Amino acid sequence: MQEITVGIAGAAGDGLDKSGDTLARSSGRMGLHVYAYNSYQSIIRGGHIWLKVRIGNEKVYNHGDNLNVLIALNQDSLERHSLEVNDGGVVIFNSDKFKHDSALQKKSVFSLGLPMAQITKDTVAKYGPLQPIMQNTIALGAVMYLCSLGVEEAKAVLMDTFAHKDQKIVDLNISLLNDGYAYAKSQTKPIMSQWNINAELKKSMLPFITGNEAIALGAVASGCKFYSAYPMTPASTILHWMASHAKQVGVAVKQCEDELSVINMAIGAGIGGVRSMCATAGGGFALMTEAIGMAGIMEVPVVCVEVQRGGPSTGLPTKTEQADLFQVYGASQGEFPKLIVAPTTVSDAYDATVEAFHMADKYQLPALIISDLLLSEHPETVEASKFNMDVKIDRGELVTSWNESMGKYKRYKFTDSGVSPRALPGTANTLYVSPSDDHDEESILISDMYTTPATRKKIMEKRMRKMDNLLKDLTPPKLEGPDDADVTLLCWGSTYGVVKESLELLNKVGIKANLLCIKYIVPFHVKEVMEILNKAKKKYSVEVNFTSQMARFVRSETGIAMDGHINRYDGEPIEPTFIVTKVKGLLTNKPNNTHLTEAEAMDMAYHYLRTHGLESMRPVKFSHESTNGHNEPTWLVEFADKKTGDATAKLKLGAFTGSNHEFVKL
Amino acid sequence: MSTLIELPVETYKGPVDPDWCPGCGDFGVLKALQMASGKLGIAPKDMLIVSGIGCSSNLPGFIHSYGIHSLHGRSIPVATGAHLANTDLHVVVTGGDGDGYGIGLGHLLHAMRRNLNMTYLVMDNQIYGLTTGQASPTTGLGQKTKSTPIGNFENPLNPLALAITSGATFVARGFSGEQKQLSDLIAKAIAHKGFSLVDIFSPCVTYNKVNTYPWFKERVYKLEETDFTTNDFHASLTKAFEWGDKIPLGVLYEVDHPIYEDSDPVLSQGPLVKQKLGLDKKLFTELLQELV
Repeated sequence: MQEITVGIAGAAGDGLDKSGDTLARSSGRMGLHVYAYNSYQSIIRGGHIWLKVRIGNEKVYNHGDNLNVLIALNQDSLERHSLEVNDGGVVIFNSDKFKHDSALQKKSVFSLGLPMAQITKDTVAKYGPLQPIMQNTIALGAVMYLCSLGVEEAKAVLMDTFAHKDQKIVDLNISLLNDGYAYAKSQTKPIMSQWNINAELKKSMLPFITGNEAIALGAVASGCKFYSAYPMTPASTILHWMASHAKQVGVAVKQCEDELSVINMAIGAGIGGVRSMCATAGGGFALMTEAIGMAGIMEVPVVCVEVQRGGPSTGLPTKTEQADLFQVYGASQGEFPKLIVAPTTVSDAYDATVEAFHMADKYQLPALIISDLLLSEHPETVEASKFNMDVKIDRGELVTSWNESMGKYKRYKFTDSGVSPRALPGTANTLYVSPSDDHDEESILISDMYTTPATRKKIMEKRMRKMDNLLKDLTPPKLEGPDDADVTLLCWGSTYGVVKESLELLNKVGIKANLLCIKYIVPFHVKEVMEILNKAKKKYSVEVNFTSQMARFVRSETGIAMDGHINRYDGEPIEPTFIVTKVKGLLTNKPNNTHLTEAEAMDMAYHYLRTHGLESMRPVKFSHESTNGHNEPTWLVEFADKKTGDATAKLKLGAFTGSNHEFVKL
Repeated sequence: MSTLIELPVETYKGPVDPDWCPGCGDFGVLKALQMASGKLGIAPKDMLIVSGIGCSSNLPGFIHSYGIHSLHGRSIPVATGAHLANTDLHVVVTGGDGDGYGIGLGHLLHAMRRNLNMTYLVMDNQIYGLTTGQASPTTGLGQKTKSTPIGNFENPLNPLALAITSGATFVARGFSGEQKQLSDLIAKAIAHKGFSLVDIFSPCVTYNKVNTYPWFKERVYKLEETDFTTNDFHASLTKAFEWGDKIPLGVLYEVDHPIYEDSDPVLSQGPLVKQKLGLDKKLFTELLQELV
């Protein structure tokens, strides 16, 4: 596969998401695949944002480990990311404003300072002075040249983006794009001479779409008529898509006062007779749990999406994690039938949503979709043909008319399948109450006056029987990769993409590996998973959490324990080489070392500077010191003044605890 | 309502008899609701009674109509969802003061400011009855209950003032002991276009020994027998604070404001449950094209 990764770093409000979007869409229109990841913070302006756009001539499943071109939109970004650029890569920055120290990059990396005033002289003469945000378009022009992407597609994307604006704005942006392109061409060669573009991909439409957009699209394609939500990252973009397309697609969108209201409205709409959905993050879902059980006992079809972010509590609102498995699994008191599905990719998020609506109606139960921030918010190109545009909408066993000669209608009739034909309010002769108390076939409560243990036993059995058939409707998990692998990697959710890529890398270093991805959590394919795991040699779980929740869940369902666990819990998604390193470590029985790496020490050093008003400095040297009164080895970080290079301060960070033991100004 | 055909009260007789304590105020409310429904000629299949949890929230099980007996405090959002799914249904929410003014108060405020076309009947007995007698949000100052053995020292909430200031467009108070007036109030509330709240004194004969039938009978009077007008915000608000020796019953406030359903571009196309489902290929392609 040919590939290039472009990183754009800057502050929130610098407009770098737009640049990334233009780059990605231009590539997609050319028939190239893109996967983008935005490492952002819960802040509207300022802060540090780091967007990676990985472009390949085949499908790319994650943001990868590489960095070929860096666009640094401020001094801080230039310093923090230049060293990450691979050999043969390029660092792009505004040389009118920022100073780049070539010591901060690898030797073979080309430093492309853009003298903005000089480059844009003619454009400014024609269109007037530029706004700071426009430097992005110039840098983008340079990237289009360096990556051999040409300038035509980017122009077309800009024209579409600014279509609603004045023609002058369009012309100005195109002129800036050309300026950047021409300047880069005058300075250096492209980092890749030519793309071998797949003819099929060139022909197909490649929308650049996020997991949340795929979920929203899947919902409306399935006939979702009611969507309720309370704003919460990383689920809010479903609300935004639904609200901005409400009239076009015919979905009533209700922003509620809290998540209690959100789920209860969605359930009410389900009882009222429409397909309904809601979505939230872990914190909002915590408020919803009581009602999930109500949907279970009332046998109401409803779809609820839980997009995981870093927890617990408010946790890391804009960071990814997979630590809500047990929360979703255990949601609500009591036992009731439910579907829990964890999609793996953007197109799978679409399919899982369509399936969730179908199963919710067929089995009259709550269908819970667990996503995560990475899956929900990252955009990637997906061939349009991957989306089933012809969704068959089957509302399940519905009673549309009833007359007295058919006897009394029983809403919760005890049936073999456990599914009781459902009548919607408004239908004649089928009156009933949807009760949150347990009840008999005729929906009369068995909780107060008419307590009957025998009826309770039978209605429990009726409800739970639905799970047997539901399981049969779901595709069992399959092993991906060679059957005779030495290592089997267990994963779920968005981690699937990176694990899939790591198989190839592991193979390259002589480790034959395969993967088992769990998509359906409830009901669970116990037999199939046991068959796979019983044959596996070394079994390692790969999860973005601390306590290996999927590994523990699989053990609880199958009795089979993993031989080791690979975890990341710093808020960032896993990259392929991370898995390779960890698998190697596990295979050679190396203890899991949690000591601060140099990169982590640098991250903490920058954090210290930024939170103590010391941004005139930067860390210049990291060295190990043995125990020196701090009960642990330390990293000695030496700081220098950014302008003069004079030594300014020293920081000692505990190599084990990460504690800031000392900060001394010189 | 132009071709109104009244239905007999027996039309709404539920499958089982209420299990409320003998003498409970809720019997009178159930009867008044059945009378009001008959008066309006609402077919049982077109009526959806939604409740939360509490003695009074058992009501949907005792009336012949569709019903939802939901979670404690969540009747309003459940009812909102069902109503928005099918605006052809007459949605009446029933419950108690603990359910509506305590655990569910947040939802009530927002339903009122949205001016949803629903009716909310609160059987206000100023006590938690089902949990055997603790103080509720409307329990009077100084009243001793199981949870306030030295006397309640939290100010009671004023549901009528709250409703008037929150955007409800029909606010009334009834009394279970004045059944004829109550059924008229409920009928007016259901017929009103917009959010209607009827706070109903519904004495708990078991756990509230202060606010009893005789206690109310001595104090209540009917607003319709005075020259009170119902469309003056400030006058209504002042009236909502009248309490003590004289307590008003009747319609306190009634105005005509736009309802939520008429402003929503999708809901205004008719009941969701009757609308077309899914996307055609052309629209689907357009939606993907936006992302290219």
